[in-house]
Amino acid sequence: MAEVEETLKRIQTQKGVQGIIIVTAEGIPIRSTLDNASTVQYAGLIQQLVMKARVTVREMDPQNDLTFLRIRSKKNEIMIAPDKDYFLIVIQNPTD
Amino acid sequence: MEIVYVYARRRCDFGRPCNFSDRPAELHVDVLPDPALAADFVRRDPCDVAVQCAQEMSEHEVNTERFESEARGINHVEGGWPKDINPQEMEQTIRFRKKVEKDENYLNTVMQLGTLMEHCIKQNNAIDIYQEYFEDEEEMVDSRERPSAKTINVFRDPNEVKRTATSLSWHPDGSRKLAIAYSCLEFQRAAKNMSFDSYIWDIENPSCPEMTLKPASPLVCLEYNPKDSHILLGGSYNGQIGYWDTRKGSQPVETSAIEHGHRDPVYKAIWLQSKTGTDTFSASTDGQVLWWDIRKMSEPTERLVLDLGRKGNLDNALGAISLEFESTMPTKFMVGTEQGLVVSCNRKAKTPAEKIVCTYSGHHGPIYALQRNPFFPKNFLTVADWTARIWSEDIKESSIMWTKYHMSYLMDGCWSPVRPSVFFTVKMDGTLDVWDYLFKHNDPTLSLKVCDEGLFSLRVQDSGALLACGSQLGTATLLEVSPDLSTMQRNEKALATAMFERETKREKILEARQREMRVKERSRSEQSKEDEGRDTDAGDESAEQLLARAERDFFEIVGAELKKRELEAGQEQIGAEELAGYFLTSYQANGPGCQ
Repeated sequence: MAEVEETLKRIQTQKGVQGIIIVTAEGIPIRSTLDNASTVQYAGLIQQLVMKARVTVREMDPQNDLTFLRIRSKKNEIMIAPDKDYFLIVIQNPTD
Repeated sequence: MEIVYVYARRRCDFGRPCNFSDRPAELHVDVLPDPALAADFVRRDPCDVAVQCAQEMSEHEVNTERFESEARGINHVEGGWPKDINPQEMEQTIRFRKKVEKDENYLNTVMQLGTLMEHCIKQNNAIDIYQEYFEDEEEMVDSRERPSAKTINVFRDPNEVKRTATSLSWHPDGSRKLAIAYSCLEFQRAAKNMSFDSYIWDIENPSCPEMTLKPASPLVCLEYNPKDSHILLGGSYNGQIGYWDTRKGSQPVETSAIEHGHRDPVYKAIWLQSKTGTDTFSASTDGQVLWWDIRKMSEPTERLVLDLGRKGNLDNALGAISLEFESTMPTKFMVGTEQGLVVSCNRKAKTPAEKIVCTYSGHHGPIYALQRNPFFPKNFLTVADWTARIWSEDIKESSIMWTKYHMSYLMDGCWSPVRPSVFFTVKMDGTLDVWDYLFKHNDPTLSLKVCDEGLFSLRVQDSGALLACGSQLGTATLLEVSPDLSTMQRNEKALATAMFERETKREKILEARQREMRVKERSRSEQSKEDEGRDTDAGDESAEQLLARAERDFFEIVGAELKKRELEAGQEQIGAEELAGYFLTSYQANGPGCQ
């Protein structure tokens, strides 16, 4: 429990990080540093995207699997670390 | 009273059987081979014949049905919660979350993902992997590619009965929308069930128009207000002017009263520049130019009758087909007439007689388009009959540059807003011509066949790269021109200035020379008249004497021509006989079978 907190704290203090969300595979947000409305939106949209990405990777090669997903937009970058049951989503504004 | 026709026949004459009989074949026409005709042909030896041994293939075109798509939004609501937990209840959700956070699996997973994520975050912070290098370097625009234009989209009139797309107007900001006015300009040819609507299209969606405008009579011209992009001004076929607000719906907000409006279709209506942004003026073939304030459409604020005699006489007035107004010169405006004259007018004149300043003549037919060059306001382009002409304001007798006479009527034209020497024209045979006057004067730089029917209207978007043209069957085509026609070249402005000045000077010199010659003629004829006056009677010859003289001259000339022709014919015949005789003798001498 304490390690989880520590990990999240460490990530939060990195430069440019705007928010962290932990979501279950069904799209239920467990932990979030953003407001509820954004959290719910991110959770719903990203869950679908991760499903799609995973299916894409596995269809090309069944032995392969999705390890990380990065979405770079004009304003920030959304990084998603997927797992079987949970996703960790971090929104960062890279320095430039 | 019944009209009756009675005829009588004997019964034995009715129903007679036909009596067919055989007879031998008769020869009606017999055309025998004529060896003299062989002299018209030359034996060709050897002949080139192309032979190909390949699979026979045929080309087919397939076009799918248009599908209509509509953009809809989706509303996300929270979900995914297990069945027993009500997402609205804060307590239940908090309890669920706490439970998950105690889960062993959760802890391990988060640790793992955490390290992975940290790695990527640090990577991001270390180097910007999406950095744009060489951003400041300008693109070398020295490509030698040929100018081209390609069709991006086609907007078809959704109605059954197709009408002509008579006028187009781009949306003033961003130009994502195009307003097209549809009407049938042929006199009394409009079908009974022709719809009166005009449409505003979103250029991304060609399958259905974004908005419909419903006037009382089909719109002939349509213009967006450059200051307020929600307001459109439309001039209709019955002479009324109306304005629409796109926020208020399809019906016009206000229209002018029929008694005070025009008596002919309003061919052009333009917004004026004013503090209130509500002033407009319109022109029509009934000879009037009317000024309106859209806040009070019941009657025009000012009226000008295009009577060259400066008397305001409507019967003498010239019909106006196009208007031109440039906001950098707010006191002047120009009217293009049906008779081929361009009338330049001053808005601020005190009396109506002084309103008409001067005219420019040179065209043979109605002037369909009139526009000043956006870079050189002293020069303007007119498109009429079979040519397009460029004029300078100072030279009133003729245009300074003109295109050759084409095979079909030119219907509309406009300057490119980004390049001073480029303009576009459309023709009745469906071609779009792009002229680059610095490059070539004789022919268009690019000529594209856009559609099979005639093109009626044309408008370039402010960026200079997109243009839309409307055709007779209501199809508006959106084209994009290649970048070398839509970006200013190096030195172009200086070269264009030099070209216009050179041509203007040439015309001025020609005009001066004409004037000199006329003065000389006049002085000479005056002198000779004085001499004649002493000999012959005073006063002109009567009309009959003139006629008699004209007839005599005519017959003399004709007689002389005939005699000349006879002489020539006689010589030719002699020549032909000699030639024939020569060949005959040579043939007989050498025998048949030689050339």
